[in-house]
Amino acid sequence: MTAPHLLVHDPKDTVGVVVVEGLKAGTDMTCVITANDTAFNLISRMDVPIGHKIALTDIKAGDTVWKYGQDIGKAVASIGKGEHVHVHNLKTKRW
Amino acid sequence: MAENGKSNLHFNGYRRENGRVGVRNHVVILPLDDLSNAACEAVANNIKGTMALPHAYGRLQFGADLELFFRTIIGTGTNPNVAAVVVIGIEEGWSKRVTDGIAKSGKPVTGFGIEGHGDLMTVAKAARAAKDYVQWASELKREECDISELWVSTKCGESDTTTGLASCPAVGNMYDKLIPQGLYGVFGETSEITGAEHLAKARAASPEIGEKWFKTWQAYEDEVIQAHKTDDLSESQPTKGNIAGGLTTIEEKALGNLEKIGRTCKYIDVLEPAEAPARGPGLYYMDTSSAAAECVTLMAAAGYVVHTFPTGQGNVIGNPIVPVIKISGNPRTVRTMSEHVDVDVSGILRREMTIPQAGDALIEMVVRTANGRLSAAEALGHREFVMTKLYRSA
Repeated sequence: MTAPHLLVHDPKDTVGVVVVEGLKAGTDMTCVITANDTAFNLISRMDVPIGHKIALTDIKAGDTVWKYGQDIGKAVASIGKGEHVHVHNLKTKRW
Repeated sequence: MAENGKSNLHFNGYRRENGRVGVRNHVVILPLDDLSNAACEAVANNIKGTMALPHAYGRLQFGADLELFFRTIIGTGTNPNVAAVVVIGIEEGWSKRVTDGIAKSGKPVTGFGIEGHGDLMTVAKAARAAKDYVQWASELKREECDISELWVSTKCGESDTTTGLASCPAVGNMYDKLIPQGLYGVFGETSEITGAEHLAKARAASPEIGEKWFKTWQAYEDEVIQAHKTDDLSESQPTKGNIAGGLTTIEEKALGNLEKIGRTCKYIDVLEPAEAPARGPGLYYMDTSSAAAECVTLMAAAGYVVHTFPTGQGNVIGNPIVPVIKISGNPRTVRTMSEHVDVDVSGILRREMTIPQAGDALIEMVVRTANGRLSAAEALGHREFVMTKLYRSA
C-alpha cells in the first residue's frame, strides 16, 4: 500500500489525522481506517499541517465530533467535509 | 523477541542490598532543602562520578505536602539506580529523617547538617564520605537478571495526534507483552485522563480498584482543576505545543494518552504520588499531574528504574537517576529533533511498521538501556528533578 495522507482510528470517527507534511487543498487523499485496515479517498479542501484533523463528513455546529470511536467535543461552527478541524471550530465539553 | 512475546528476556543490572535491581549506579548528593543545594553542588563538583540533585523545596512544608516531600526525597535516595547517598540539610533533624528512611533499604547513606559548621566544613566532611562511596560503587558489578525484575514507568509529553496513533500504542504494546512476564509498570497523569475516564475505570483489575481510581480522578477534577481554574484551560491542557501539533480538546488528548496501557493489561492498584507499589508485579496507576518532570520524578521516587516517554512535538525531558527513553512517531520531530529520539516509530504513519513491531523495537531499546546504553536525555544532560508541591508552605 502507498503511504496514506490521512489516518482514521475507528469506523465511527468523523475526523481523520493528516500524516504527511505540506498537505495542499485539493489533494485526492488516500485515507486508512487503522482499526479495520480499510481505505477510502477524500479530497482535502484546505492546506492542513501534519498532525491536524480533517472532517470526513459535513459536521453541523453543536454536533459531537468522534475520534477513537469516542466523543472528543462539540463543533462550535459548521464544518464541511474535507475541511480543517481544530480550536476554531471544535471545543471541549469539559472545563 | 518472539511474536508471541514469550521469549526469555534478560538484562544486566545492579542488585542492591534490599534485593531490587538498578540499571544505573549513581552516587547521589541529596539536599534536604533549597538552602543546601550549594553545598551539595560543591561536593559533586569536587568528587567525580557523583551527582547533586538540587531542588526548590524542603522548608516549612506541613501535613500531606510534607509527607509527599519526604516520600519523594526518601524514595529518590532509595531507588535502586542509586548505589549510595550523601544527604546535606540546613539542620540535622529532618536530614536524619531522610537518612533513616533511605537506610531502611540497606544501602550506604550518611547525612550532614550545615548549622554550626558552615558550608565549607560541611562540604569537606561530605566530600570525604562521597569519595569513599563513589570508589566503592565503582567496583560493583552488573549481574544477569530476568525481565520480571525490571520496573518500567510511562508518561507522554508534548503530545500531538501522532502520539495517539504511534508512540503511545508502542508503549501499550510493550506493556501488553511484558506485564504478563512479570514486569512492574505504572502510568498516571490524572487530569489528562479527562474524556477517557470511563475507559480508564474499566481497565482496573477489579470493580473495587476501578472505584478507587474513579475517586482519585474525581478528587483531582474537583480539588485541583475546578477549584483553581480561571478559564477552560485552553492553553494549559492541552498545551500550546499540543495544539500546534493538532490536538484540539482534552478529550482527544486523553484518548491518545490512554493508548499507553495497550489492549489487554489491567492495573492492579492506584498509588499515591511517589508511593511504591506493594501488590507484586503488574501495571499500576499513580495519581500525578501531567507535567513531565513532576510525573517522572514521582515515578522514580516510587522505585521505577527505566522510563518510556512518547512524544509528538518533541519534549526533551530527562531525569537525574532514571534513563528516559523517547519514542516518537512524528516524522517532522524525528527529522528536526533527532538527537532527542531513542526509538523512531514514524513508520507506523506510513504503514511501513505495525504497532507490534514498534512494541518490539521499544522492548529492545528498554533492554539495551537497562544494560547501560545512555538514553538521548542522559547523553544530553537532562536531569529534571521536580518535586510536586500540594499547597503553599507554612
